[in-house]
This record gives sequence, structure tokens and C-alpha cells, in this order.
Amino acid sequence: MKFTVLTVLAMLVSAPVFAQGQVEAAAAATRGQVIDLAGSWANRLHEDWVERAPGPHIGDYSGLPINDEARAYADLYQVSMQNMPERQCILYTSQYIVMGPQNLRIEPEVDPISGAIVALHMTGTVDRAPHTVWMDGRAHPSKNAPHSPGGFSTGVWQGGTVVAQTTHLKAGLVWRNGVPHSDQATITEFYARHGDMLTITMILNDPIYYEEPFIRNATFELDPQTRVLPEPCEPQVEIPRAPGVVPHYLPGENPYLSEFAETFNLPLEAVRGGAATTYPEYGKKLRSTYKPPAKCTVYCCGGTGLTVPNTNNAACREGDAPPPTP
Amino acid sequence: MVTPPKGDYTSIPINAEAKKVADAWDSPKDIIAGDQCKAYGAPGLMRLPTRLRISWQDDTTLKVETDAGTQTRLLHFGEWKPPAGGPTRQGNTTAEWEMRQGRRGAPQPPPEQRFGNLKAVTTGLMAGYLRKNGVPFSEKTTLTEYWDLLRQPTGEQWIVITTVVEDPTYLTRTWITSLNFKKEANASKWDPSACEAS
Repeated sequence: MKFTVLTVLAMLVSAPVFAQGQVEAAAAATRGQVIDLAGSWANRLHEDWVERAPGPHIGDYSGLPINDEARAYADLYQVSMQNMPERQCILYTSQYIVMGPQNLRIEPEVDPISGAIVALHMTGTVDRAPHTVWMDGRAHPSKNAPHSPGGFSTGVWQGGTVVAQTTHLKAGLVWRNGVPHSDQATITEFYARHGDMLTITMILNDPIYYEEPFIRNATFELDPQTRVLPEPCEPQVEIPRAPGVVPHYLPGENPYLSEFAETFNLPLEAVRGGAATTYPEYGKKLRSTYKPPAKCTVYCCGGTGLTVPNTNNAACREGDAPPPTP
Repeated sequence: MVTPPKGDYTSIPINAEAKKVADAWDSPKDIIAGDQCKAYGAPGLMRLPTRLRISWQDDTTLKVETDAGTQTRLLHFGEWKPPAGGPTRQGNTTAEWEMRQGRRGAPQPPPEQRFGNLKAVTTGLMAGYLRKNGVPFSEKTTLTEYWDLLRQPTGEQWIVITTVVEDPTYLTRTWITSLNFKKEANASKWDPSACEAS
């Protein structure tokens, strides 16, 4: 009993001292930075519109340095798996900030005494996990600590850029066609503001599913009118199914894996991903035999404002309402 | 990696006039006119599958070469004035370092601990293509770039370029994208090639 009381007392005494040290570290780090990342940031989707808005084609792994394990996993994917009530609220992991269509809100947590930025809290619209980057010098937890969709992130300032390391991620999807990352994945994140633009770069390192680090950027614009709501996820039955039915394909049975390659006249190997396919020399090899389709037939005007997206008929009309902000 | 099909304007905020131009894209016509490099002007060039070679031409001029299309961009620092004459494929680029200043009252860090980015603004461009399938940009285009050098804890270095294209002729708003390039150990994969019209 005496031991327990002393232990608790020691904790009570030492905890504030430890916290104070962290705040001092955060205050010291904050003194060197002058960039405010706070605010609502709008995702303009001026690149990767197909992958980030309607979602990539089934079987399109082009540009992803994935290995055979990842391919095998993604090949089994059936998108209606996502609307099972028990899966609807499985949040996308932090990598989705640069892979998804959502806007972003960043709220610094400021120590009221020192003015130090202790943490950067990031939220997006529905389905993405809240992401907190701790700026107070705290250590990452034990490798045996629980993993979460948002992971555990610590950051430092490099001038006006926040550089963050994220660990303890749950396994998740990189693309909405089943391309995965594992729970061993880590992310190096860079947040660089230029005027009213914020470019976020994420480098995913995953020893299970990737042959090389996977880098992706997204640029957001500061926009106080943008819609950023931490909407709660409320599962409901969207497609009635018999109990126990999980939409999926068994190995070798997904009939759609070649559809993307056929639509764009690409060899199947080119859309199956892999580190070698991400370098310019692979493009040269492809172009020696490539004959593009006579005209665009899918998503041709997506993100341009010329027509309503998702029509799949290439009718890029003028005067239609622009697509809604995601 | 390959040229998109004709009529693929995805992600670029073009207007109806740009659509008309893109719909009329005819790569054999470009070849006959000697215009194989129309997609290799600065606003389109950096999005092509290319390697960059970056060096100092002199004290105030940063040279950025691409092996795709064997193009050279010159980024001029200081009081440089654009030469007289018409527009060119790579235009006239002025550049400056945007270094972060310490907070008021805080001591200035030593040079090796200062951070910032390169800002480059390009005008005087010949009309060309934002995308190899004929999505156009006009001579009125201004290209603004912010170059950030990023270092991973593992030591890998990347350049990330935030790019803003303004074109009152063909775009309904600024077109904002970001690109990344990984630093390689040596130049063994540098492979200059001629412009290709498609």
C-alpha cells in the first residue's frame, strides 16, 4: 500500500514537470517559425481528379511502387465491400489527406502561457480520421502501443515547413480500388505554405506492400468559405444482403482487372504498378509501341467545370453547373 | 507517362475556347509545322516524365535542364532584365530566395540553419500545350513556381514544386498543381531525347 501511495505521489509530482518540459520544447520550436497553418483549406483537385474524386478504375495501379503482395490484395477488392454497415465507418488513414477529395482544416493547439504550438489538429470531411501532429517534442509510443487510422505523429519546424513523422497506423487503403498499405507503414509529411497555398507532401514507407517509398503531394488553397465538417459517420443498410455475405473476388476471379488497360490501350503490365513503372525510362519503353485511343471516353471533363462529372460519355458540354466542391 | 487521348482535359480548369483548341489538336500538323516542342514549354514541360539536371550557369543564373525534349530553363536572380524580342519556348524567368525571417525580437539563426524556398516567375512564353494532347496555354500565361527542397530522415532528398499557371485566354481560374523529383545518386540515367509531338 505504501509503495502504491508513493508511486502515485511520484507520478503526481513528476507529471507536471514532464509536461512543462514539453511545453518549453514546443515554445523553443515555435520561436523560430512564423508561418501560420491555421484555417480551412480547400482541395482544388487540379491533378489526380479521377483518383481523388470518383476514384480510380478497378485494376489501375499505375504509378504506384507496389509489390506482388499489394497487387494480390487489391485484385480481390470489390468496391461494394465499403457499404457494408460494419465497414462504412472504417476511417481512411492519414495518407488519405493527399489521396482523397476532401478539404482540410488545421487548428493549432496553443499553450496559453508560452504561446507555443503544442499540436496541429487536422480534420477533414467524412470518412477521414482526425490527424494530430504533436509539436512538443514528445516521444513516439512503444511499438506495441495500439494503432489507429490517424496514427501517432510528431513534428518539427524546418523554417516555415512542418516535417512530421507518423507511425502506429492501422492498415488502410491508399487508393479506393483496394490498393492497401499495411499497419507497418510510416509516413514522412511536409507542410509547406506559400501565400494562400498549402502543399502537403507525404512519403509512405511500407515494408509489406511497397517496393520503394511512395510520394504524393496535394496543394490546398486557404478558403474560409470551404466546407469542412467533422461529420459523424452513421452506418446504415445501403444494400440488403444475407448475413455473413462479404463482397469480394476470389483470387483469379475478378473480371474487371483488365478493363482500365483496355480502355486506354495500355499493356496490362503497365497498369499493374511496381517501382520500375514509375520512372521516365518506363515511359519511353511504353511510347515506342503505344497507340492512344482515338478519343477520350471516360471522365474527360472531370474537374474542368465544363460539364457534370461522372457521365462517362465524354460529352463535355458548356454551361453546365460546375461540379460541387468535394 | 503516355499522351492522353484527344479530348481528355481532366483536372485542368479550361474554358470553352480552350476546349475548341484542344479538340482541334492534330499532332501530324504540329510535326509538319516544326512544332514538335509545343508541349515542352515551361508550364507543360515540368509535368512530363523527365529528369532534371540543375547547375549554376553563373553567379546569378540557375540552369535547369530536362532530358525530355532536351530543354533548358534559366532562372535569373538579382536585377536581371528580360531581353528584347518575342516570346520563347521557356520564356523569361526571374527568381528569388524566400527565406523565413525569425520572429520579431528573436535572434537570427546562422546561415546553415536558415530555411526557405525558391520562387520563380516566368512570362514571355510562346503559346504551347499544358498537356501533350493539345490542351493549350497562351502567350499571356504567367507561370509561378515555389521550389521546396525536402529531406527525409533517411537522407533522401526531394524537390517539390508548387506550380501556379495563370492564363486569361484559356483558363477559368489559376491552375495549381505540385510535382516531385527524387535526387539520384548520379547522372547515369540521364537520357536526353528529342521533343515528341504525341
